[in-house]
Amino acid sequence: MRIGVITFPGSLDDRDAQRAVRLAGGEPVALWHGDHDLAGVDALVLPGGFSYGDYLRAGAIASLSPIMTEVVAAANSGMPVLGICNGFQMLTEAHLLPGGLIRNEVGTFVCKDQALRVENTSTAWTNGFEQGQEITIPLKNGEGGYIADEETLARLEGEGLVAFRYLGKNPNGSLRDIAGITNARGNVVGLMPHPEHATEPGFGPDTPKAMRSGVDGLTMFTSALQGVLAG
Amino acid sequence: MTAVSSSPSRPAADTVSNAVATPEREQPYAALGLTADEYARIREILGRRPTSGELAMYSVMWSEHCSYKSSKKYLRQFGQKVSPAMKKNLMVGMGENAGVVDVGQGWAVTFKVESHNHPSYIEPFQGAATGVGGIVRDIISMGARPVAVMDQLRFGAIENPDTARVVHGVTSGISFYGNCLGLPNIGGETYFDAVYQGNPLVNALSVGVLRHEDLHLANARGVGNKVVLFGARTGGDGIGGASILASDTFSEGGPTKRPAVQVGDPFAEKVLIECCLELFRGKLVEGIQDLGAAGISCATSELASNGDGGMFIELERVLLRDPSLTAEEILMSESQERMMAVVAPEKLDAFLEVTRKWDVETSVLGEVTDTGRLVINWHGEEIVNVEPRTVALEGPVYDRPVAYPAWLDALQADTADRLRHETAPDLLRKQFLSLLGSPNLADKSWITDQYDRYVLGNTALSFPDDAGMIRVDEESGLGFALATDANGRYCQLDPYQGARLALAESFRNVAATGATPVAVSDCLNFGSPENPEVMWQFAQAVEGLADGCLELEIPVTGGNVSFYNQTGDQPIHPTPVVAMLGVIDDVAKRIPSGWQDEGHNLYLLGVTRQELDGSAWAGVVHGHLGGRPPAVDLPTEQALAALLAAANSQNILASAHDLADGGLAQALAESVLRFGVGARVALGELMERDGVDVTTALFSESTGRMLVAVPREDDVKFRGLCEGRGYPVLRIGVTDGADLEVQGLFTVSADELRATSRVVLPAVFGQSGL
Repeated sequence: MRIGVITFPGSLDDRDAQRAVRLAGGEPVALWHGDHDLAGVDALVLPGGFSYGDYLRAGAIASLSPIMTEVVAAANSGMPVLGICNGFQMLTEAHLLPGGLIRNEVGTFVCKDQALRVENTSTAWTNGFEQGQEITIPLKNGEGGYIADEETLARLEGEGLVAFRYLGKNPNGSLRDIAGITNARGNVVGLMPHPEHATEPGFGPDTPKAMRSGVDGLTMFTSALQGVLAG
Repeated sequence: MTAVSSSPSRPAADTVSNAVATPEREQPYAALGLTADEYARIREILGRRPTSGELAMYSVMWSEHCSYKSSKKYLRQFGQKVSPAMKKNLMVGMGENAGVVDVGQGWAVTFKVESHNHPSYIEPFQGAATGVGGIVRDIISMGARPVAVMDQLRFGAIENPDTARVVHGVTSGISFYGNCLGLPNIGGETYFDAVYQGNPLVNALSVGVLRHEDLHLANARGVGNKVVLFGARTGGDGIGGASILASDTFSEGGPTKRPAVQVGDPFAEKVLIECCLELFRGKLVEGIQDLGAAGISCATSELASNGDGGMFIELERVLLRDPSLTAEEILMSESQERMMAVVAPEKLDAFLEVTRKWDVETSVLGEVTDTGRLVINWHGEEIVNVEPRTVALEGPVYDRPVAYPAWLDALQADTADRLRHETAPDLLRKQFLSLLGSPNLADKSWITDQYDRYVLGNTALSFPDDAGMIRVDEESGLGFALATDANGRYCQLDPYQGARLALAESFRNVAATGATPVAVSDCLNFGSPENPEVMWQFAQAVEGLADGCLELEIPVTGGNVSFYNQTGDQPIHPTPVVAMLGVIDDVAKRIPSGWQDEGHNLYLLGVTRQELDGSAWAGVVHGHLGGRPPAVDLPTEQALAALLAAANSQNILASAHDLADGGLAQALAESVLRFGVGARVALGELMERDGVDVTTALFSESTGRMLVAVPREDDVKFRGLCEGRGYPVLRIGVTDGADLEVQGLFTVSADELRATSRVVLPAVFGQSGL
């Protein structure tokens, strides 16, 4: 199964997302933002980073990149699309997901191992988790505060579109402790924390068992691969 | 690719022919930081007065910051005190943008640490940000992909209100720039001391990896090859940064130097990195040089000096952010995110295709010639015609007066022996916690949690472990470790010994992770070289470091000198930062610094002596600095590292933590805090064997010591190894529960340790996101 990872100018975690796809058993395909071509992939990852230096607003300029025409069309036709951190910001800027991300409440960049609760396990990217499962994956961002108007928040909650919620202290002031959301169809998911950095033993978050052994993020990639296989 | 059209109001340039015709014109050499003698020498070299463009070039390139004119005499030792073993794995030594070390399997690592002290005081955010940017470009220039950064920070007293200004600015500047570049920040140092109040030290280290065949050097060879400037446009920022700012002391009431600070754009640099790596992959550059201090003056003169010796440049082809800049300003500008490449004419189109793909603006400025002259034209008129070596390599060399400090004997005579040693358990508990909660020993996550430590997915160790560690090869697990250390208090007491102590500590920190130390880079931060006592300190420190490296047979691969870190007559403590690179054949074998499991035996390796002079205990508990720093025996450090390596090869070490600032007490606390597993410890046997009292057992900073945890089943093997090698070893306890219990003295819960250590920085600098 081939999962495309799009590199924008200023993408940083693109090679990490490719590695995560490989560790999950998929074939990563490097895509370039300037091409109108998805190379026939089965799913898409918009990786983390500071595309265009976060100028204007994080993700705002990248959401107008040439390839986004194809991304929007693919998302609307049901292809699994995952936006991580800056990728999540792009998905909201492209109106594939509602709401927006603003500067962390603390005012600084925050890097930490973050506990999350999986709230929705029926999406393309979360179907391998147990409902309510608690996972730990790295969080690292400067503009991770999720906001939306009350009506949107009520709809997200009412329709079960909150995919992940922060546990413990809210790290960035996100409303309702929202860490990630899905569209109603469940194929487009965006989240601020970085699942691709919890996929390889030795390079993930600390766990009670061993240093840097956390691989909770891997399930997101295996979920998508299994979904594609089943589909 | 478009040259900026000439502005109609452009003033007439000071051409070479004009300089010949007007030999007596007065020139502002003193305002540019040159002495009368230096100016006279430039006239002698040229056989005429310099043009204003030439004067600008000489003034920045002959500045202390660029020419190393006061330090050269001493730095030569690093090239002279060298054994054959030290050259074995050294692919590129001192004098290039950064040293390059062969780490095996066809891989090489390049690393360097550099200062950005003066700009970071004036404008902390941009100063620190561009410090990161500058050192990263040095690494790219070698043909390497940058893979990590570290920072060595020294601020004024934590309670001084101005310190918060500098800390917030510096931390957010590093966070902003480093995070946006996508480079994990894997370690570093943070110290607070009033001696750095007006002269904070912001040193930045970057490290990169490359395949042997990808090595690039900064030289301009091949007559007819094109000289290409690419990256950000040139603006009016950082003019005179090297000469006026970094090569002078701060003084009260002087003019503001803010315009001499550069402004950084990390997005432009990130794109530049990827663009350069694609150019390297396509083998499209013959030589490459980053633009840092002294900008185009430096890049053109160094590339030409290191190549065929001649270059012709049309300066009006430089793409400008501000079209009103004069030729002299363009030559001196230190605008960031720029690179200069030498490109074969037949590869120019392919080169431009890559820069276009990354939206990197590019301009062909000129070409390599065989004239032996660097000639620069400005709108058709010749404004520079010099022999490039006289600018880049043959600057003045000074043998500055040195003087043994008048105050040093008295300082060394005032030892810590007169300080009271408490014996009451409650008072010792209080001292232990006051050390743990002192700004220099307290938890630094307020700073480090603002840095991305995960990006690139190869971080095997980062703070708070003893060293950072990065995987180089995903297949084999080959990796490197990096630790940086300096102790200004020790160096104030004895700079020769202080430099060796920094070397020993960085060596020990790397060894504690399971890696083998192989190479050193340094950043030597001192006061004014025009002060003979400072010059003496510098001479001593360099000698100590060079002697120490020869003894360890570890080469110094490069580094940086930062002088003039003084305000008025008050210099900083001498602060030679040593960065040690180690190699590990598989990062899966790394050793953590703290305890993860209960029931492991705790061993103290090495001997504890009453060495409290200059210690954290003397400073924090008694406000004292005097005496002589701890002894350091480098063969002992080598024996300790070899023992660690042998034990780790048998996979019998659960953790290892170096003993340094704060002694055994601090090492115990940090080992608990790493994962929250406690321990029961007894000091009686240690005190008896080494003949020391309890204060010494807890707080002495004797070298050659390490605290290791060993699973019970490997106990016999471990003791056997130590005995076989004759290394002093003592079982001092066992990991257990969630408290640190020092039997007969005190018990502190992990929660109290955490609260004590974690509250310090946020209490002063505000809440964090944790």
